[in-house]
Parts: sequence; C-alpha cells; structure tokens
Amino acid sequence: MSQNLIISIAQSLLVARWKQTLVAAIGVTFSITMFITLLSFMAGLNDLLDGLILNRTPHIRLYNEVKPNSHQPIQSAPTYQNAYHFIHSVKSANVRQSIYNSEAIMHALKNDKQVLGYSPKITAQVFFNDGNIDITGIVNGIDVNAESKLFHFNDYIVKGNGVDINKVPNSIILGIELGKKLLVDIGDIVQLTTAKGERFPLKVVGFFQSGIKDFDKVQSYTSVSTVQKIIGKPGDYITDIQVKLINIKDAPIVAKQYMQLFRADAEDIQTANAQFETGSSVRTLISYAVGITLLIVAGFGIYNILNMMIYEKMDSIAILKATGFSGRDVKRIFLVIALGIGLFGGLLGLVCGLGLSATIGTIPFNTASLPTVKTYPINYNPVFYLIGIVFSLITTYLAGWFPARKASKIDPVIIIRGK
Amino acid sequence: MSEKILEAIHINKSFRDPVTVKVLNDISFVVNKGEFVSVTGKSGCGKSTLLYILSTMDTDYEGKLFIDNIEMTGKKESELALVRNEKIGFVFQFHYLLNEFSVLKNVMLPGLKLNKYSVLEVEHRAIEKLKMLGIDHLANKPANMISGGEKQRVAIARALINDPHIIMGDEPTGNLDKKNSDIVFDIFQQLTQEFNQTLLIVTHDQTFADRTHRIIEMEDGRIIKQ
Repeated sequence: MSQNLIISIAQSLLVARWKQTLVAAIGVTFSITMFITLLSFMAGLNDLLDGLILNRTPHIRLYNEVKPNSHQPIQSAPTYQNAYHFIHSVKSANVRQSIYNSEAIMHALKNDKQVLGYSPKITAQVFFNDGNIDITGIVNGIDVNAESKLFHFNDYIVKGNGVDINKVPNSIILGIELGKKLLVDIGDIVQLTTAKGERFPLKVVGFFQSGIKDFDKVQSYTSVSTVQKIIGKPGDYITDIQVKLINIKDAPIVAKQYMQLFRADAEDIQTANAQFETGSSVRTLISYAVGITLLIVAGFGIYNILNMMIYEKMDSIAILKATGFSGRDVKRIFLVIALGIGLFGGLLGLVCGLGLSATIGTIPFNTASLPTVKTYPINYNPVFYLIGIVFSLITTYLAGWFPARKASKIDPVIIIRGK
Repeated sequence: MSEKILEAIHINKSFRDPVTVKVLNDISFVVNKGEFVSVTGKSGCGKSTLLYILSTMDTDYEGKLFIDNIEMTGKKESELALVRNEKIGFVFQFHYLLNEFSVLKNVMLPGLKLNKYSVLEVEHRAIEKLKMLGIDHLANKPANMISGGEKQRVAIARALINDPHIIMGDEPTGNLDKKNSDIVFDIFQQLTQEFNQTLLIVTHDQTFADRTHRIIEMEDGRIIKQ
C-alpha cells in the first residue's frame, strides 16, 4: 500500500477543513511556544543563579585545613594496636596554612589532562583603617589573568580595570560596599593593617561587585606578590590552589586523588555547594511539568477536532472502505492527519518559541546584585527544541489514535444503507 | 457453460437486535461472466442486505460466498478490502464522491489503492473511463460542482477503474430522473455488450429490471423467481 496515497488523502482532508486544522494547529503551536519559552527562560535563570556561585567557585580547592592530626601517638603504640582509642581534649595541630611544595603541585596540575586551569590564591585577614576606625576585611592575592579566565573575575569589576593590580605596584581592588564605607574612589590610597600590626598603603585601582552584599563588604583583591609582601612571606607561599576541571562531574573523584597525591586538603564543588543542584533540578522539573500539561491540553483539542472530522467524513470513510481501503488504511489516514497537525503546529511553535524567548531576552533586567546581567537571561539550548517537537508529535499521535481507531471500525454498510 | 464470477450457497442472515428476525432465507444462485443480472423485490424483502453480503462488506451471515471461485467466507477484513478493491466495483444510490477531491482524483482513488499501475497510468485509465462515459470534460472539476446525473456517471467510472470482475449496484438509478436513468442503463448495457462486463444490480424499478438479461425476484428473504 503506497504511503503517498495515504498522505495525499490525509492532506486533502486537512486542506478541505483548513479552519479546523488551523485551530488545532494553533493549540499545538501555543503550547510548544510556551513550552520552549518557559524552559529557555527557566534554564536561563537557573544558569544565572548557579553562575552566581558556581562560576566563581573552583571545582576543587586545595588548601591546608587547621584540624587535629589524624594520626595520634597512641595509634603507634604496639600494645594498643587492636584497641579502640578514647582520646580527650585533642587539639588542632600547628599546621602551616601554606600549601607544601606549591610550585611542584602547580606544575603537576599544568600537565594534568583533566584540568582546564588553576589559579593560586592567598587569603589574609587585615584591617582597613578609616580615620580612627578599623574595618575588618579580607585581602585575596590572586593571579588576575587566571582568575578572569577561569572564574570570570573581570565580569564583576564594575569600575576600573582588573589587570591594573598586576601593572600598578601596591594596588588593590575593593568590594563596592567596602569602598563606600571607606569613602574612597579610584586613585585614592587605603591604609591596611595586617594581623601582625604592620601598616601598608595601597592604591585603589578598581571596584568589584559580586552580587552578594556581605561578600562585597569585606573582600578585596590584589596580586599574589603584594599579599606575600604584606604578610611578610616568601614567594612560594600560597594558601589555596583553585582548580577548574574540564568536566565538573569528575570533581569528587579527582579531589580524592589530589588529597592523597598532594597531601593537602581538597574540597570539591559538589560537596561545598550541594544545595544549588537541588534548586536547579526542582525548577527544571516544574517547567517541564507545566510545559507537558500545556501539550496535553492541546492534545485534547486535537482529539475533539479529529472526532468531529470523523463524524463529518463518515460518508467518505464508508466509500473508501467500500472501494477497498482496509480499516488499517483508514486509521493511518487519520493518524497522518493528527501527526500533520502536530508537526505543522509543533514546528511553528518552535519558531514562535524562539521568537518569544528572544523577545524576553531583550527586556532590560537590571539588578544591583547582578552587575553583568542587563537583560532577562535566556538559555537557547537545542535540546528544548528537540524535546518540544518530539513531545508535540507524541501527544498528537496519542490524541489521534483513538479517533483514528474509531474511524477504522466504521461499518460502511450501516452508513451506506442509512441513506 | 461460461465461467462463474459469483456464487452464493445457502446464505442465511438474521438481524438479532432487538428480536431475531430472519431476513435472508437459504439464498443460492450463480452469476456468470458477462451476465447483466438484476435483483428486484419490494422494499424490505432483503435485496439490499443480500447485496452487501455479496459485496463482502457484511460478513455477519451463514452460508458460503465465492467470488471468482475463491471462498470469501471467513476471510479477514483487510483481505476482503483487497478483494473489493480489485474485483468489485460499486455504484450506490447515492454517489458517495469525496468532495475534497476533483472528479479525476475520485475516479483514480481505487486505482491508486490497488497500486498495480503507476500514477500516470492510473490517471490515463481514469480519463479513458470518463471519456467512455462522456464526462471527460469534467475531469478537473471539484466533485461537488457537478450535477447529480454526472455524479452518478463519475461513480460508475470509479467502479470501473480497476477492471473489476463484477459491478454491483444498489439502486443506481434510484435518485435519478428518467433521462439520467436511461443514460445509466445505456452505460450498463454498453458495458455488458462491448466489454463483457458482469453486472449485478439491485433495483425496484421494474422497467429497468425488465431490460436486463436475468431477473432474480425476491420476497420475504427468499428468491421466488429467477
């Protein structure tokens, strides 16, 4: 049985009832449009919110944690080898905050194929002196180029230029809220005092805004060497190495390997920020649920219209059957009609969805906490479009199946004799 | 003796709803190739019911039916559809043309379904049939834009497209005026004489029946005269 004949009959029936067809197709178009828009927008927001934390968080952070020695002397005593040890008042060991052998570790990371990049960091507690008031703050020594490349540092600079902390000696970038408190602008000098009581004047070359106000109140950035100078440590003194992997999913495993390999503490992003995954997946789930509901509603519309069409076309179905079309052929004709509506409406829906989400993407969206975002975020993931068209075909197929089966069961004798 | 096209053996049929009523009672007859047979009888005598059984569309009966010496009884729905497509042509009281299609496409549809000839050949054959019936000038008109008599002739062309073994008609002239009835009858007669076409026509039009080769007269579900 030639497929072309079935399709051409279906097509003629569709064209003959083009108004009904259009209404059915518009139902599908509308739901696919909303499905695409909703998912693109929701995914865009998810990316934005995750990006707030995840973009700036290293996949693995290598550092030395202040903690009790895991190997206590009693464990070495052969007498109590197989005993359970009760030790009271264990104190944290006097560990160096800097990472041992940091140069060698960085060299190893450079050659590791799983690693996208790394960036060394020193964190030091300081006081910013504003007249006779001391404001507690944290100064981070960073490699500004690596930091920008891996953790989008430059995106958060709202004033000045990030690279200046490398170019201008003894310079600093302040959190915008900290800058407001200190009443300084670019080119001004801030005084800071280290924990050991030494005072340093640093020139302000920029401000950054992370979107988290408490963070912006205390943080400041300068080059690694400047921090080393401030706290009086040698050039290999590094407290953190931030690693970005090619595949974020590998982080927990790689972190364990590094912990053994480099004898430092390693924290992976999944452990550090478990709550973000949950939030994203719940939001995605909700948008899928709404989208699929819309599609099912459209499916009922198609079901109704096909049912009506079958009642109208009883005579045609009867004569098709009388002249040799089997029930199966008739069923296929109506399924092709349903799928035609689904395909046409679905494709139009994809285009409209793209248009609508692009329109939303141009609506200004300014918020103080998200300095880099100027318009509503939209994620143009092709997967949404694929899911959209597949779902529209599945829904219309199911919606068409019952009326088509009914049509295939029509007894031509009853129709023809009824005249 | 010429070859048998259709043979009915002891066909019985009852309607069971709401009460069992016997509508066909032990019907047996044979239609040979090239015969022009009419079935007559009063309304309700079961002649249409018989036709739908013979046409394989109604499968709810007892007895046996042979078309072209092949037993039809007990075949599957899709197999019967193929038989109807290939071996039987239908002309009903109502034309049953598909309004969505042109006249030509209406005639072509069963031919396209048979899929024995290419689309171009089917089209060529359809035009020939229309020409034979004198309505080839209507080929490209939509089916709902032609007159009733023309529609019935298109329906005959559609019945002929696959060169069926037998053409079955259920009151094919029932809705037509005298002039158009005569045209349709002349076409049937021409088909038997020139193309040796077998015809089985149910009618209550006695003048129509009188001009056929053989009359099967029915009453109360039985054949009373043939």
